[in-house]
Amino acid sequence: MTFEPKEPKKEIKYDQVRIYTDAELNNYTEEELKNFKIKYDIPDVEELEKGPWPSFVADAKQAALHRRKLADDRMLIDRDVIEDMLGQLQVSFNDGETHWKHGGIVGVFGYGGGVIGRYSDLPEKFPSIAHFHTIRLNQPASKCYNTDFLRTLCDLWEYRGSGLLNLHGSTGDIILLGTTTEQLEPIFFEATHVLDQDIGGSGSNLRTPSCCIGKARCEWACIDTQEMCYEMTNYYQDELHRPAFPYKFKFKFDGCPMGCVASIARSDMSFIGTWRDDIRIDQEAVKAYIAGDLTPNAGAHGGKEWGKFDIQKEVIERCPTGCMEMVDGELKIDNANCTRCMHCIAVMPRALRPGTDTGVSILLGAKAPILDGAQMATLAVPFMKAEPPYDNIKELIEKIWELWMEEGRNRERLGELIQRMTLPKFMETIGLPPMPQMVKAPRSNPYILWKEEDVPGGWKRSIEDYRARHKR
Amino acid sequence: MSLSLERLGRYNPEKPLENRLTDMGPRHYWEYFPPVIKNNYGKWAYHDILEPGVMVHVSETGDKVFTVRCGAARFMTVELVREICEIADKHCDGYVRFTTRNNIEFMVDSSDKLEALKKDLASRKFVSGSFKFPIGGTGAGVTNIVHTQGFIHCHTPATDASSMVKSVADELFDYFTGMTLPAKVRVSMACCLNMCGAVHCSDIAMLGYHRKPPIIDHEIISKVCEIPLAITACPVGAISPDKTKDGGKTVKIKGERCMFCGNCYTMCQALPLADKEGDGVTILAGGKISNRISEPKFSKVVVPWLPNNFPRFPEVVETVKKIINAYANDANKYERLGDWAERIGWEKFFEKTGLEFTEHLLDDYRLAYDTWRTSTQFKYTDAAWAVSKAAGGIE
Repeated sequence: MTFEPKEPKKEIKYDQVRIYTDAELNNYTEEELKNFKIKYDIPDVEELEKGPWPSFVADAKQAALHRRKLADDRMLIDRDVIEDMLGQLQVSFNDGETHWKHGGIVGVFGYGGGVIGRYSDLPEKFPSIAHFHTIRLNQPASKCYNTDFLRTLCDLWEYRGSGLLNLHGSTGDIILLGTTTEQLEPIFFEATHVLDQDIGGSGSNLRTPSCCIGKARCEWACIDTQEMCYEMTNYYQDELHRPAFPYKFKFKFDGCPMGCVASIARSDMSFIGTWRDDIRIDQEAVKAYIAGDLTPNAGAHGGKEWGKFDIQKEVIERCPTGCMEMVDGELKIDNANCTRCMHCIAVMPRALRPGTDTGVSILLGAKAPILDGAQMATLAVPFMKAEPPYDNIKELIEKIWELWMEEGRNRERLGELIQRMTLPKFMETIGLPPMPQMVKAPRSNPYILWKEEDVPGGWKRSIEDYRARHKR
Repeated sequence: MSLSLERLGRYNPEKPLENRLTDMGPRHYWEYFPPVIKNNYGKWAYHDILEPGVMVHVSETGDKVFTVRCGAARFMTVELVREICEIADKHCDGYVRFTTRNNIEFMVDSSDKLEALKKDLASRKFVSGSFKFPIGGTGAGVTNIVHTQGFIHCHTPATDASSMVKSVADELFDYFTGMTLPAKVRVSMACCLNMCGAVHCSDIAMLGYHRKPPIIDHEIISKVCEIPLAITACPVGAISPDKTKDGGKTVKIKGERCMFCGNCYTMCQALPLADKEGDGVTILAGGKISNRISEPKFSKVVVPWLPNNFPRFPEVVETVKKIINAYANDANKYERLGDWAERIGWEKFFEKTGLEFTEHLLDDYRLAYDTWRTSTQFKYTDAAWAVSKAAGGIE
């Protein structure tokens, strides 16, 4: 099985594209680093160099020293950007308030997303970060890299930017933190031509889709999350880069109900791999778990003595549907009553596996609190085959977008629109029949919004007819 | 084509469309898989966690891939990324990946390579003593704390993110490098209610919070903002039109209605909220996103406010530790923090964690009624006796 890209991608060889020599990359010693002081007094920031967890301050100082020792013509934005960023952080600690300004629209030609303007409100004090814009780069699905790509990115970003970045942002992108307006177009040009790599989404766009590690390294992936994420990202480039929506829209692809990319809480359209046939059982391996020959839960509880594995207590009684039992030494699962929570599979991964007739469950409308409060995604489609080129899924996506673009208010996420227009109306409009799976329980209030067409004879009645039967 | 050294690179501002490439999307994932991943794509049979932070995935073909997971600050520099590359080149044929929770994963295809990799990673420290690549973050422990930008790059934060996460992660370090908890505990941090980090479904969430209504910059508001947009931005209708003394357009704000979401500031820079004394941290607990055993659920507010005590946030660190320690001592195997709280009852959660229950934890926002108890099924705790006493029910 191979998944070569449909269009050939340019192979990068770092040695052929690099900016910095080895001598420039190793331009400071550990001794110099120990004695290095940045140009500001930053006692509270430096306090964060202590302790065992990786220190972002210690890291930033390495890069600041490296930058200080580069020749003047070996960087195109100010040498002091990192020192100024650390200096401003200390001032923010002193003041208890951020010193980044609100607003400022910047971007690259023809795109409405992917670049976020950022300016310091202390430009006289910290001139090199007066302009300090963010660029979002669309990460490869599930965030795997080779070092040729990463080293090239580092050279580009050190030369034309601050050398500070996030691996990765919450939505998934590579976040490049801090450059000037002048360098935005050159960076975009280098990213597309040399790195063969586009920028991501921001603003009222489709945001950069993301996925779990899927079939690349997980035995539970019911769908090809990477393939699906890549296809949807490329197919919807226009929506990713040019704002046409009421607000942001997020796709996330989870390979199974464990939800490692948190799609159910964080995406307007959540695709979760699932199966509709039976859990596969290896009865010999079940016996091996019971006998203590295999470690339960793949060793996840290895740090504490929890006693001998007890299948009754740890699996059968914890099954939320009570659909499992041991019969004559064999594990039986009543699959028709299973809700695919995967606890049994997670406890005994060598004995139990998801079924093989797989697809996605689609849930809609998750979001963080702004504006109308946090929402979890609501189940819309229980099962849908998900095979390339995903025409069935694209058709559903476009129906939803059409409705949202038509009806959605400014800054209204899909989940809020569904609440406002009501779930039954929403489902009807996108053409999905109601099902009990859409709700936790049927409604408890009887204030049903009957429509005129639901009632024989409609709503038009005459008072004369009524009065003919009832005196005033 | 090598990276350009020209000031404007190959970009010609006179002809912005010349040789322009757009909408090419990200690099294709397949290019960046190590051979063992390519050869076994979709064929993985099972996995084991060999020790904290070290996993083996076994394929139906018999191939194995060993993964070492390392914690990292999400914010990093090109210097650290170059060191990651050096490690990946030395041990992993030049491949490396990052997880959704910002861990770094190095993969090798044999156990011999694994030992050398682990030793190398453990030996690398910053000059000030912090680990560069601590190994852990798997199974029944705490993995990397995902977070937002805070004071490093954001214009709306109510607190700082990187410093709080560093402080909490230092204290939870043994839970990262060990797997001694009843189940995994996901700790997350967002520096304002906008929640770029979407922390609302975490076992423990730290959330930056403003407590003072916006200040109105009357002088510029009509010049820099669409006033109707600012008014409609408010989800509780606290903002209404007003006139300045000299007859200009501005707004007024009903402070008692404001729930400090900051959406007005997002829409209008003339309405800042940030304030040294007002801003602080809210702690939420008991959320999850996995469908395992129980359904996904939101985190609940368990501490309404703690001070922003930069840079180490001792009150926040102490609270997170209290919650985790109570959970570690009391929960059953496989039980997530929220499932534990629901089993013992939230009233017992407050007793066992020692957290104070204040009026701010009684919901007063929309759909609040859904969270009020409408039964006599409750447990007695000191808080219950205090109410009985206040009502004159007992001595």
